Amino acid sequence: MTTMTTMRELHTRLKHLFPLGELSEQRPDLAFVTVPAEFLRPSLLHLRDREGYTHLVLLTAVDWLEEGRFQLTYLLSKRTLGQDIGLRVMIPRDGATMASAHDIWPTAATYQRELREMFGIDFPGSPRVDEDFILEGWIDIPPYRRDFDTLKYAQENYSQRPGRETRDPATHMQQQLYPDGRQG
Amino acid sequence: MSMKPELMKRMVKGPDGVEFEVEPLRDYYCEAPPTVMPAAYSKIVEDLFNWARSESIWILGFGTGCGAIEMRPLMTPRFDAYRYGIQWRPTPRQANLFVISGYLSTKTLKRAIRSYEQMQNPKYVIGLGSCTINGGMYWDSYNTIKRLDDYLPVDLYITGCMPRPEALLAGFQDMKKLIRAGKGEGANQYAENFAWYKANQKRVIHDWDMPDYNW
Amino acid sequence: MPFDWMKIPYTLLTLFIVINYGFLLNALIQKIGARVGRRHGIPIWQNYIDLIKNYGLRSSISHGVMFYLGPVFRLSGGVGLLIFVPTIYASDMFSNLSFAGDLILALYFVFFGTLGMALGAGESGHPHAAIGITRGLSQMTAAELPFGLAVFSVALQYQTLSITAIVAAQQGGILNWTLFTNPLAVTAAMLGFLGSMMRPPFDVVIAPQEIPIGPPTEYHSSYLAMMQTNRAIFPVAKIVIYMNLFFGGASDWPTFALKVFLIYLWSAFVGVVFPRFRVEQSIRWFLIWAVPLGVLSILVV
Repeated sequence: MTTMTTMRELHTRLKHLFPLGELSEQRPDLAFVTVPAEFLRPSLLHLRDREGYTHLVLLTAVDWLEEGRFQLTYLLSKRTLGQDIGLRVMIPRDGATMASAHDIWPTAATYQRELREMFGIDFPGSPRVDEDFILEGWIDIPPYRRDFDTLKYAQENYSQRPGRETRDPATHMQQQLYPDGRQG
Repeated sequence: MSMKPELMKRMVKGPDGVEFEVEPLRDYYCEAPPTVMPAAYSKIVEDLFNWARSESIWILGFGTGCGAIEMRPLMTPRFDAYRYGIQWRPTPRQANLFVISGYLSTKTLKRAIRSYEQMQNPKYVIGLGSCTINGGMYWDSYNTIKRLDDYLPVDLYITGCMPRPEALLAGFQDMKKLIRAGKGEGANQYAENFAWYKANQKRVIHDWDMPDYNW
Repeated sequence: MPFDWMKIPYTLLTLFIVINYGFLLNALIQKIGARVGRRHGIPIWQNYIDLIKNYGLRSSISHGVMFYLGPVFRLSGGVGLLIFVPTIYASDMFSNLSFAGDLILALYFVFFGTLGMALGAGESGHPHAAIGITRGLSQMTAAELPFGLAVFSVALQYQTLSITAIVAAQQGGILNWTLFTNPLAVTAAMLGFLGSMMRPPFDVVIAPQEIPIGPPTEYHSSYLAMMQTNRAIFPVAKIVIYMNLFFGGASDWPTFALKVFLIYLWSAFVGVVFPRFRVEQSIRWFLIWAVPLGVLSILVV
């Protein structure tokens, strides 16, 4: 109970400073809150310097294809209490770009390189963000986007060996239990 | 595509102040395609050489994928591949067997091609695991190849995901029989169908910054 | 002094015996190391098979003249080391081409092979080979220093530079061996011996996991076959010198086989137990432990 209260207290404190969304608590020690894009850097700095959330656990992105937005999630951790807070930032999908956080945490540079390559989110100023990270010579759209069909790409670009059957367990069990083709 | 700056054609100033033009991919490498090298001796000598090649297999120590973890136990006392004459060599110049162990992403394929082409004739390739046969677990991945023998001439496949070390040892025994029967001519096959292999490779590797044949 | 032409075929016979003995001995020592690790290890005749296979490779790449000459130098270093020292004492047939002063020639040949190899590997242009040579030569220098000092001490002790005379002075019972008359020199030399046998703890230069294989990185097919042959001859020739200088020489082939095997086993004993030293650690080790012993042995004599 104490940890949840501490998170709620933190949320109240932060709401005085920045226009935050609702706090969604997933576990007693893990909560998420939405931050507008302009207030990301100040809130990161405030959390790191004043509130003791000194560890950037990860920086990842979620593709909301239907809404046309990317959600960036910055997961910060307070090691002294073992609490995590996740900051969600929504940015438009076309021309996605965000202020770089590599001067706040140097490890953010690697995450930003990955997001640039896999999602196409630009972080101007981040070191080496334009270089190839994992994929070399990639000529299609960034592959983690949901409108990238990986199966179609694989079938078109790589020669397949004929005669591959599916071993999907669901299909197999359905054929076994209902040989007359019922859906069961 | 962006090639590394040291590989591009440029003007270089030498230590004595003379400026000259250098094109690394053409100047530092041999441009000849590989040639077919048939057995040069009589049948008895070639049989002796094939027997020696089968009893002394030097594997290139390049674990291309997750199957490399099944090669390590072979060096330990429990499975001990050394008593079969199998050794691991760290450099492609001294190795004659290349085990493609598992999935092969296009990034690794480029390095594997470079290592394979640096090996000496005769050389053999074993495809380990189902990913080399039909893509295996990564059948719908945008990054791995689905069929190894379009890119390198394969002599033997060992099925499994991953095969156990005993399966690898059985595979090596089969490989020995193949070599002794004189069927391990992958290098000559590569040289004969060089254009076809190269076209396949260049179709999936988009940032080709190597010479066509890496001697 | 008329040259005895009959010596040449006998020398070649010695060379042939030593090559075969070297191949089998190398495999045997590797098998012993494997048995310590509770596995079977390579077959005894594996070196012959490797030789045939390497010779039977159909293609080879050369990087230039010096690259080609590197293994030639190395092999000539090994062969030269063998044929200029007497293998079997007091035998007309197997004294090879020894003469007075062959001790200094032996010292020269020990280094000659490594230097030739360094030039050849440098020509190969591989950065790993270059780093391997730097490490190898520096370690070799530090390891040969105690040996050189011990040789001077022994030469001072016996007042001669001819190996045959040194062996002659050690006959007549086990207590006449240099091992017992000049133990400091022998200890220094045996410590230096560990360094030059390229076995743990001093095998950082050619260990496969360290900068893939060091100087022989670019060598393959026939070049490698020549170098593997040298790896059979050179240790045995070096041990023959050790045997002649410090352990009383051998008067017949069975004694030769036994003594060479036991001296090689000394390096294997140490080798299977210890992990590797880095190059600066091994140089430091030689300068602290082995060289003072050598210097002391010269002063004491």
